[in-house]
Formats: sequence, C-alpha cells, structure tokens
Amino acid sequence: MFKNLLTLFRYRVLIQSLVERELKARYRGSVLGFLWSFINPLLQLAIYWFVFSYIMPTRGSMGMSPYALFLFTGILPWTWFSSSVMESSAILISSGNLIKKILFPAEVLPIVVVLSNLVHFFLGLPILFAFLIYYGKVQTTLVYFPAIVVLQLFLTLGICFFVSALAVHFRDVQNIIGNLMMLWFFASPVIYSYLTIAPSIQRYLNYNPMTHILVGYQQILFTGEMGHWPWLLIMIPASLVTFLVGYYFFDRLRETFAEEV
Amino acid sequence: MGIAIQVSDVTKIYQRYSHRKQFRTLKSALLGGNLLAELRPDERFEALNDITFNVREGTTFAIIGRNGSGKSTLLKCIAGIAKPSAGTVAVKGRISALIELGAGFHPEITGRENIFINGIMLGLTKKEIRDRFDDIVDFAELEEFIDAPVKTYSSGMYMRLGFAVAIHVDPDVLLIDEVLAVGDEAFVHKCLDKIAEFRRRGKTIILVTHSLGLVEKMADEALWIDHSRVQLRGDPKKVVDAYLARVTHHEENALVAEEEKAVTEFESPKSAAEHDERESEIEPTSAFARKKGRWGSREVEVQEVTLHGADGTARHVFTTGDPVTVRLKVKSTGTIHDFVFGVAIFNADGMCCYGTNTHLEQFTPVKFSGEGEVRFVIPNLRLIEGTYFLDVAAHQRDGYPFDYHRALHQFRVQSKIKDVGIYRPAHRWEFSSNIVLKPPKSTS
Repeated sequence: MFKNLLTLFRYRVLIQSLVERELKARYRGSVLGFLWSFINPLLQLAIYWFVFSYIMPTRGSMGMSPYALFLFTGILPWTWFSSSVMESSAILISSGNLIKKILFPAEVLPIVVVLSNLVHFFLGLPILFAFLIYYGKVQTTLVYFPAIVVLQLFLTLGICFFVSALAVHFRDVQNIIGNLMMLWFFASPVIYSYLTIAPSIQRYLNYNPMTHILVGYQQILFTGEMGHWPWLLIMIPASLVTFLVGYYFFDRLRETFAEEV
Repeated sequence: MGIAIQVSDVTKIYQRYSHRKQFRTLKSALLGGNLLAELRPDERFEALNDITFNVREGTTFAIIGRNGSGKSTLLKCIAGIAKPSAGTVAVKGRISALIELGAGFHPEITGRENIFINGIMLGLTKKEIRDRFDDIVDFAELEEFIDAPVKTYSSGMYMRLGFAVAIHVDPDVLLIDEVLAVGDEAFVHKCLDKIAEFRRRGKTIILVTHSLGLVEKMADEALWIDHSRVQLRGDPKKVVDAYLARVTHHEENALVAEEEKAVTEFESPKSAAEHDERESEIEPTSAFARKKGRWGSREVEVQEVTLHGADGTARHVFTTGDPVTVRLKVKSTGTIHDFVFGVAIFNADGMCCYGTNTHLEQFTPVKFSGEGEVRFVIPNLRLIEGTYFLDVAAHQRDGYPFDYHRALHQFRVQSKIKDVGIYRPAHRWEFSSNIVLKPPKSTS
C-alpha cells in the first residue's frame, strides 16, 4: 500500500494535466468561460445576503455579524468538500474507459476531483477576502489558513477514496450520497454558529469532522480568535488516518475496478 | 535475441457477484459489519487457463481465436490492465496498448489538448509530446481540426487521432487489439505501414485479430486460444490452418443442425392443390423473401440430399475450387415416365447463382421406378466465400411438382481470397514483361 502511495508522486504530471483539463472543460463553450468561477460564488453570496438581510433577517449575534459574510466563510469550504464527495461517487464509473482500456492508475481520478474542486475553492477566495477587507475583518489568524486547507484536503481525499471505491460495487451509493450530503450540511455549522448550539447537541456535532474544520475556517477568517484549537489539533491525526484508511480501502478493491465498472 | 514478453502459467478468473440481490446490497454489507467480506464473489468464470508462452524480442506475434476465447483478456493481462489471478507476466521495455483508440479523450477540449493529456496518460513526458506533436498531427491528418473540440470530430477522425498518439509513444512492445478493423482503406494501409516500420526497427508486436490473412502476412509466430486454453502455437501458416479446420468443423455442425430442423419441419407431404395455394402465397416478390419450404405430390420423393467432397464424404463446408457432388436419393411410388430433376444454388441474399434441370439440358425421361440416386457433379466449385442455399426438385415436364425442396439445404464456401460477386469464373492473370508483380504466396 505504501509503495502504491509513493508512486502517486510519479503521477503528479498526469494529475496536474487532468486537473487542468477538468477546469478547461468545465466552462468550455460558455460565453463567460472562466469568469464563472468568480461569478458563481459572487451570485451565491448575493443570494445569501438577500435572504438573510431581507427575507429572514437574523440577529447577527454571537460573532456572526455580518451574517452573509459569516455564511460565506463556511459555504466555500463546504462546497469544496461536498462537490468533491458527490463527484467522486461517480468518477470511477464515468471514467470506466480509462480503467478498462488503458493502463491507468485509478486513484488519480478521485484525486483529480478533489484538486479541481480545490481550485474552484481558491477562485472563490478573492471575493471572500475582498469582503473581509471591506468589513474590516482582516485577522492575524489568517496565517493558519494554509494549515486548515491541508487538513481539509487530507480529510476530503480519504472520504473520496472510500466513496469512489464503494460506489463501483454498490451503485446505490451514488443515490445515497446526494441525500447524505444534505443531511451532513445541516449537521455542520455552516448556516448556524457552533457556539450558539446547546451543549447537548454540540456533543453529537463533535463527532462530525467537518464541524471542526468549518469552525476552524470561521475562527481563522472571521472572528480571529482560535478558541477551537484543541479540536483542530485532534483533527490532524484524524485527517491523516481518514486519508490512510480511505486509501487502504481503495487499494484493496483496486483490482476489481476493471471488471466492475 | 532476448525474450520481450514472458507469460507463465497465467490464469484469469473473472468473478461474478451475482448473489447480491438488489435490495440487500449495501444494507446487508453494513449490517454484516464486514464490507470487504461481502465483496467476495460466489461465481467464477475462467477466461484464461494456464497460458504459457514467450515472445522473442523484435518478432511479431499473433493471437487468434473465436470471439470470447480469451484473446483480449490475455492482451489486457500483458498490458497490465487486468491482473492475472495466477501466474506471471513479464514485459521488457515500454509497452503501448492499442486496445481502444482514444479511450482517454475528453470531448470538450481540443485535439491539441487531448494529444498532450493522452500522451501523458500513455507515459510520455510533456517534452516528448512537444517533440512528436507535429508527427502525430501529421499522421492523423488533422491539421485543420487540431484546435477544434474533439466532440466535433467524426468517428474516423477520433480514431485516427487515437491511433496516432498511441503509435507515437514509440513503445518497445506494441499491443494491437483488432483496432484495424475500423477506419477507411487508406488509413488502414497507413497503419499497416507504420506497423511494418515498427517491425523493421526491431520492435516487438502482439497482434490480436480475426484477419487471418494479416496473420499469415505479418506474424512470425501465432498462438491460437480457444476455451481459455492454448490450442496451438507456432508457425502462423500452420496455426491458421488448424484454426480454420476447427472453424470448418463448427460450421459443419451448425449447418447439419439447421438442415435437420428445416427438413423435419417440412416433412409431411403436401398435395398439389395445397401447394398451389402456398405457392401463390409465398411466391417471392423480392429476392430476399425466399422462405424455406417443401411441397409436391411425393409420387417421386427426394429422400435425402447430401453434398460430397473430393474424398466422397458428406460435408457442408467447402473451399472455392473444390470438386463437389450433390447426391439426391430418390424413390418413386410406381413406374414414372415423365420426370425432371433440378438443382439450383442461391446465395445468402436469395439471389440465384445458378439453376438447371434435366429438362433444360434436354435429357428425355424414359422411366424411373424404385429407389435410385441422382448425382449432380461440379468438378470445380466456382463460388466466392459465403453461405449458399440449395433448392432441389423432382417434377413433371409441365411443372407439376413431385417433391420440391426450397432452401432446405445449405452449405458454406470458404476462401482465403476475399473476392466479390456472385460467381467466380475460371481465370488467371498475365502481365507483359515490363509489369512486375510478386505472385501471391501459395494459399494451400
């Protein structure tokens, strides 16, 4: 398994070109092209701002003000995570040609999914930062930002390895995942603040790794105090273990892919 | 010369997970608590059984066999796409597999971008691709379209690009799986030329194909697999002949079965009146509408129709140029003075290739009683490859049918020459001395 893991490094050029291809192909043929990567999060922000300012104004309590911006700090990393997981549930099947017809390292596929969604996440950041600056919310905790991205990257990769391999054998996974992600969304502090939740419920939320990742983002980018750091320290080994377990599972099933997809 | 590919005791078992019913899949696996255990198969299919062979460096090696015999699985094992369940495959040098052309193309991006990505997938570096880019585009004849998205390509263009990229990987070992079956004549020739160039440069080629002519022309050695096992390996000519003999045997059996079915189906005699009705009903309006049938008064009955080869044995499969005898076993109920025997050959399209009878050839019937045999002797079967149907008949000179068999008997003609038409006249080619051609290799 570790030998296979090391060969991943050899595929970096392949991974890089496939991510490039993914990004190029996504907006190919649309008039605005690559601009959509900026427009999409901008429109998303506008919708949240409209809904939570006019339709159901929230009391921007407990460090959630301005609320639309708070929401946006959570939505961006959440979108990276959920799109990656949902796309990876279909990726091995839709790329069956590669696995069956040419000698192709299958683990590259979920990696490409996660990385190309990471690029979309990054493309949304300038807009987030612009608003953070506008609202005077630039925090010194920003230096921890790369660390939490890496943390989320390993967590997401692990889950995507697991989901993509499982979906090959159980096509049901593709249907389940969509609903599961909806549930997961509400079980993660994106639209609400972790701190406003009753401790009895918080106890359960603590089992959700995305809770800590998202709280991490919100504190690093928005509130500027790192009260959640003990949990984030725990997330370092947790993410790594998720990654390794996910990869192990993928590696064990690897040889069945060519026959099952 | 060293060994380029060594396949030792390779067995490949495909596993079917048929026990998993639709509604107890993920749930039962989760409840069972052991996902990996649940993924164990309970039904097995052996695609390859203990295959062993070597391919010497710089030789062209052909693998032949019927559909489903395991050829492609073997090729996938050599390419490393499938992993043998047992045994080992060792390949020396860079390998490029032409199993499905353009398998990695993305329809939305341009041909240029696809060349780069496909090249990287096949193991080239970016620099290598840049160096070969012009050659690839040139070979694929896609200069004008290289910056158009691949989804706008015709299937021929798509395939040309796929072949061009794969062949420019410049592998030490090239695996080709029937990919030459598609594509227009000109491009196929170009591909064959490229493959010939590979041979000259001392590269190793493994060719999986149904084109036996190609095997005899290009291969240094051939392997025939059937039912997952090696049947024969060695000189291509010898292997192809053995394979053809087996194919003939199978076709023979299939034709016998079909004929038995046809003859028993129309066994019961039909009266002349009934025949008239039938006739008007089934009179072929087009050449394609020939139905099987048997009718007639059976005053003279054609009891058995057999075709015989040079050695006198009854057969259903012949080779162009063979002598063939059609034997009709006939029986009359009394002494008959007005009778005609006829034979006609139709091809699979229902077109009459030839038909004649004793009356047309101006024999005058005198008398026939009891049992007898009629032989229609063809000293040299001048038909092209294909399946043919035989009509035989016994009737009166005015057409009143005794026993008419329409399309109940069939036979197959094989030919290594892929000539076309419905008839093959006896012929030869002659050239003046300033026109020089190499004569074909003797085909038998």
